[in-house]
Amino acid sequence: MRTVAVVGTSLAGLRAAQELRGRGFDGRLVMIGAEPPYDRPPLSKDFLLGKVSAEDLALAGQDDLAALDAEWHLGVRAERLGAAGVTLEDGTTIAADGYVVATGAAARTLDAARKLNGVHTLRTLDDAVSLKQGLAAGPGSVVVIGAGFIGAEVASACRLLGHDVTVIEAMPVPLAPVIGPEMGTVCAGLHAEGDVRLIAGVPVAGFAGADRVTGVRLADGREIPADLVVAGVGARPATEWLTGSGLAVDDGVLVDSGCVTANPRVIAVGDVARYRCRLRGRRVRAEHWTAANEQAGVAVANLLAGETVTHFARHGYFWSDQYGRRLQFAGVATEDVRIVEGDVASKRFVATYHRGESLAGVFAIDSPRPFTRLRRAL
Amino acid sequence: MIRACSVSELPEGEALRLDGPVPVSVFHAEGGFYALDDTCSHQDASLADGWIEDCYVECPLHAARFDLRTGVPNCLPAKNAVRTYPVVVADGVIYVDTEARRDVA
Repeated sequence: MRTVAVVGTSLAGLRAAQELRGRGFDGRLVMIGAEPPYDRPPLSKDFLLGKVSAEDLALAGQDDLAALDAEWHLGVRAERLGAAGVTLEDGTTIAADGYVVATGAAARTLDAARKLNGVHTLRTLDDAVSLKQGLAAGPGSVVVIGAGFIGAEVASACRLLGHDVTVIEAMPVPLAPVIGPEMGTVCAGLHAEGDVRLIAGVPVAGFAGADRVTGVRLADGREIPADLVVAGVGARPATEWLTGSGLAVDDGVLVDSGCVTANPRVIAVGDVARYRCRLRGRRVRAEHWTAANEQAGVAVANLLAGETVTHFARHGYFWSDQYGRRLQFAGVATEDVRIVEGDVASKRFVATYHRGESLAGVFAIDSPRPFTRLRRAL
Repeated sequence: MIRACSVSELPEGEALRLDGPVPVSVFHAEGGFYALDDTCSHQDASLADGWIEDCYVECPLHAARFDLRTGVPNCLPAKNAVRTYPVVVADGVIYVDTEARRDVA
């Protein structure tokens, strides 16, 4: 393999490049990405609060990037992948022997809000800068749509910045599909404790305002006044550029348990990859930092081997910082939930999820040490 | 030199956070006792809550691994080293020289 093109230069793409070099690949390495590599998790937390700067978010120092000895095409998107190679929006075509698809995902937007100012999503650094500017206009009414982790983190940050905050969630219990109804209820309680209103079980019907948003209309007829809206309603894998590539795409690039597509010269990692998860027995798109970080090594090993010789079989893990608390989750949620340390009332506890005799998952608030030990036992 | 604890109070694989102006933790790995700044250089997390394996401690939050001998991280997300401190074991007691901070280049 003489040339590898990595398409997408966020965490998964950067890690793939590091793994390529770390595993002895000494050929031409081409990095193609809309943005330089930076860390996204702080965007909804410390960056909004002004505790970290854009510079602080760099995933690698200049020395580390230089050590990759790569050819960078930054600020340009890949437009298509075909027999001739990957074609960029500036018309350049780069032919390679191996391809790493790491184009991530884009924030879902709400059609009804498309033409309104003051409605934000949060995915990129630019999004975060724009949201921060919107919030700097002084205390106002902020409505966050979606009580997932990003929504909750943004709501928490907005409240700390002095805004009046309402969170709207279509599901009756936030996060229930991820951490189960019991722990979802606990997380719902964090909003009230943090002096944020949560309206759950009511979908958004539309928006009020002519050119700038003035309110959010709910399906039950209520209208919540809003000077600024943040939609945290998930992300869509960035696969449009693969149309016509011959790669199978269905809510992400379909890959095997080693993150390899049907073409052994093409691997996919991170948010864009829908891999066959051996632990869960189905295809999964793991939209979390840790998966992007860990998949790269497995996928690159397989790319260099020319076939799938190693598999990605790590338990999912994610964390969230909100309302001054640290939430951590690993594994999968089941209906058999037990509090094994601390107590729910104090919001400092460890819960374990069980499937028969085996430990399936762990959820903890402000209990990193016992969480870490249980996570290891999964 | 400050007294951390007795050797019997710190089994292998465990760590103890010492309170001070800058939190420092002492770790018992298979190679012996090591002392490092307790706060992960990446984000606010206590390394004493982490996972000790071989000669590394893994941050409990984002799994950055620091070499207990040098304080240098060997993987993302940490980019910067944490400082290390000399450890002395005498008469079954572990002492950390928090004054003799060893900054890493």
